[in-house]
Amino acid sequence: MVLVGVALMVLDHRLNELQTVRSVLATVAYPIQVAVDAPIRAGSRVLESFSSREDLVVENRILRRENSELRARQLRFEALQAENDRLRALLNTARQADEEVQVAQILAVDLDPFRQQIVLDKGQRDAVYAGQPVIDADGVVGQILSAQRSSATALLISDPGHALPVVSARTGLRGIVVGTGNPQRLHMRHVPPQEDIVEGDLLLTSGLGGRFPADYPVARVTSVERPPGEPFLAIEAEPLAALDRSREVLLLWMEDHERDAIPTPLPTEDETETGPAS
Amino acid sequence: MSGGAGIPWPVPLSLLAALALAIVPMPEGLALLRPEWVALVLIYWAMAFPQRIGVFTAFVSGLLLDVLLGQLLGQNAVAMALVAYLTIQLHSRLRVYPVWQQMIVVIGLIALYKLVALWPQGLTGLPPGTPWYWAPVLSSALVWPLIFVLLRDVRKRWLLHLT
Repeated sequence: MVLVGVALMVLDHRLNELQTVRSVLATVAYPIQVAVDAPIRAGSRVLESFSSREDLVVENRILRRENSELRARQLRFEALQAENDRLRALLNTARQADEEVQVAQILAVDLDPFRQQIVLDKGQRDAVYAGQPVIDADGVVGQILSAQRSSATALLISDPGHALPVVSARTGLRGIVVGTGNPQRLHMRHVPPQEDIVEGDLLLTSGLGGRFPADYPVARVTSVERPPGEPFLAIEAEPLAALDRSREVLLLWMEDHERDAIPTPLPTEDETETGPAS
Repeated sequence: MSGGAGIPWPVPLSLLAALALAIVPMPEGLALLRPEWVALVLIYWAMAFPQRIGVFTAFVSGLLLDVLLGQLLGQNAVAMALVAYLTIQLHSRLRVYPVWQQMIVVIGLIALYKLVALWPQGLTGLPPGTPWYWAPVLSSALVWPLIFVLLRDVRKRWLLHLT
């Protein structure tokens, strides 16, 4: 039994042959997750139905205003997108891939408290694939770790095993953002001390890993230190996405994936070193 | 549920409940203190029915726990199987202990469980890295009397005829 267990662990870690075993087991386990999630969701729904009419009217008004603002901005965005496409065509560069989004609910279940993972209510049925980017309204949340029939597990960018290639919006400096296990803190690694990076810099996805589309906001730099004797800066950043608060996230489909599952490397293998910017 | 070495129905039921308890959302601070419900329930049943509940049941429930928690497959399964094995070895002694002495044994068993589960985490390069990892050892021991009384009542009510 112990041997079987050890073999399982090795296989699970080294190869991805166990994806099927895992999804079978996860399908068995899914009712448990739903059973845990259902009363909590029902509770919040009950609370919602008790909220006063006045509150709802106010909220409605705010949302309406926000919606019209966003739509106005969307108009400009579409014009800019068309212009961008035209200019890119002129320059003979590749057109930026279109993306498709879908909303997914986070199931109210706790996972390993020392890893940063969430369970979503969308799965293979909705064409979710392992490695798929997950975002929310403010920034990048993480990526799908494994997809089962009607649920999926996602790894947050704050997990210590997650690394994400980023680029500084102000200077174009490239680097890698690694999770710390704390949903409020990320580290940026391998930035030499002479580089220009200051507190408040916005970090965007660089798209270099091939996993995330470029130019989604990830984090804002909160502190830059130069530890004496170290070859790199110690940079801390705060994620823009509400990693530990949101109940809903958005799943992204990049057009060139054509909604089919790609073979999935382990999350740790995502640490494809893009290297420090020179 | 009557003859042979079948598994009596309250066992899978209570294990399922324990699995659910293992993923119920808890407030930030308390989540680290979450007792190892599945291991506790398993310890009780292995102590009560050492002929029926064994390493295999433990392995399967550990595997389910792995999937639920999104951990490495087999990590909890191996630890759980080990705990069940030790409990079966100790069952005749455990049964006559008063509850507080059982709590001490539970501390030992859960500590071992956490230790075995820590090992693969260290090997895969993601050790938890805080002493809070061990907090469930104490909280598990503290809720043991509850589990014990609850499951003993279940056993006395429905399974008195079984050994």
